[in-house]
Amino acid sequence: MPLTRKKKETINRVSAAVVLIILAAAFGFPFFWMIITSIKPTEEVFIYPPKIIPKVLHMVNYVEAATMIPYFRYLWNTVYIAIVWTSGIIFCSTLTAYGFSRLKWKGRDIFFYIMLATMMVPFQVILIPLFVMYSKIHWVGTFKPLTWPGFLGFSGAFYIFLMRQFFMTLPKDLEDAAKIDGCNEFQVFLRIMLPLVKPGLAAVVLFCFVAVWNDFLEPLVYINSQDKYTLALGIYNFAAARFSSWPRLMASAIQISLPVIIVFFFVQKTFIQGITLTGIKG
Amino acid sequence: MSKGERKKLIIGLAFISPWLLGFFIFYIYPFIASIYYSFTVYHIISPPEFIGLRNYVDLITRDPLFIISIKNTLYYAGISLPLGILMGIIIALLLNTRVKGMAFYRTIFFLPVVVPFAAHAILWKWILNPRYGIINYLIGLLGVKHPPGWFQVAGWAKPGLIIMALWASGQAIIIYLAGMQDIPKTLFEVADLDGANWFQKIKNITLPMISNVILFNLVMGLIQAFQFFTQPFIISKGTGRPMDSMLMYNLYLYKQAFKFFNMGYACAMAWLLFVAIILITLFVFKTSKNWVFYGGE
Repeated sequence: MPLTRKKKETINRVSAAVVLIILAAAFGFPFFWMIITSIKPTEEVFIYPPKIIPKVLHMVNYVEAATMIPYFRYLWNTVYIAIVWTSGIIFCSTLTAYGFSRLKWKGRDIFFYIMLATMMVPFQVILIPLFVMYSKIHWVGTFKPLTWPGFLGFSGAFYIFLMRQFFMTLPKDLEDAAKIDGCNEFQVFLRIMLPLVKPGLAAVVLFCFVAVWNDFLEPLVYINSQDKYTLALGIYNFAAARFSSWPRLMASAIQISLPVIIVFFFVQKTFIQGITLTGIKG
Repeated sequence: MSKGERKKLIIGLAFISPWLLGFFIFYIYPFIASIYYSFTVYHIISPPEFIGLRNYVDLITRDPLFIISIKNTLYYAGISLPLGILMGIIIALLLNTRVKGMAFYRTIFFLPVVVPFAAHAILWKWILNPRYGIINYLIGLLGVKHPPGWFQVAGWAKPGLIIMALWASGQAIIIYLAGMQDIPKTLFEVADLDGANWFQKIKNITLPMISNVILFNLVMGLIQAFQFFTQPFIISKGTGRPMDSMLMYNLYLYKQAFKFFNMGYACAMAWLLFVAIILITLFVFKTSKNWVFYGGE
């Protein structure tokens, strides 16, 4: 007997749900295992077969992971870099994106495409001359190469593009009204437009924050003393030295992931909006 | 140019001036310098010494590691990209059936993306530990006598990296899903009237309608895969071992530049990479005309 359309749909839906549950379990499992491992005593991870639930909760791993490396020092270094760099990107990306979206001027689109094209340039092409330049002005070994270039939009093409998408959605009447009231271009930008693109600013802050947290190559190249390590660099050095104390390493991995994951849970919508805006309308 | 036009131009340039200044300092200058360095022997301590095309000739004709690093990168990109696209589309299709608990699933699939690379690498080095890792334990339960050695043997290191990449491909899933949700519902309603089944609807409506999104993800994925660095660096402690199986192109470039301080040689590598990326992207865009559907644009 042929199935009715309704029954067919129900079967489709149920099977989709079953496959999804299996896939979600597979994606979630590494997190589960990371947490389980992080609360085991070191000996217990080398038992066969592996135990799902540890006998005793060995929370001291977290304390050790935070004290065997100067965790809070690294955390502060990372936060400091994130704050300065993000401020720079906000400064540069809002101004530039405004110039690329709300203002009409000759050659604007050519500059815009050049800006987009910089996204295609592999970082390695510019890395070596920049390293040479920074070592000549004694910036290597400091946070400066990781922070100040943000104010001039270094590796900021994505954020400029994102801000432009947000500026483009604003109605034209707004600036006309403000101009009649005697505002100049900059005042329109600062007082009228900027407050209206707060969701865009939130997205930029978020992506910058995650980018700094993730960045490994740049700190690796520019930072050479342990007290200036970022979290990513710190945990790598910790891991490279002792790649067998897995519970502590997992606790460490959780400690560096947690700030980003917490932020993600609070502003999930902004995150997803930012990603789809660039993916779909791009 | 009229007076008004000139004023507009000046204001426009004023707004983009921070970026424009940065563009000259961080892109134009390094571009020129890097091309120049690529024709020199340069170890930073002494000034660059011009040697013409020798770096390029040496790379192509007498550097086996260069060839190995290209093969590794192509292997990684060639398998992880198609698999990633396939998996991303399947998961997005499943999510798009309007299942219950959508927000939960979306979070689960996206969460790996926000795990910092360093934590990502360390976590998977543990999960894929050949002796004590949970994956090999599970494989053992299936009756496999000799489970893979993953990051400890040359043949399994790259499959390990590919599994890691698939786990962290949530960004593409979100983009596919958004693309699917943008498809006008009327298309499906018409297909229903014509008696099209689930598979036909996917093949004839969903896939063509998201083909521009697939192209976007493919190009982004290509650029990222060619610059793959952090995970193999951390897992192999910067060596690319075992047997140079994780020596990705950029890892080798990094070693040349910052371990051996062969800056000229590394710049030549960087430029070859750039040219390769441009050529492959152009090729993808050219061929995309055959499979990307720009409806109503």
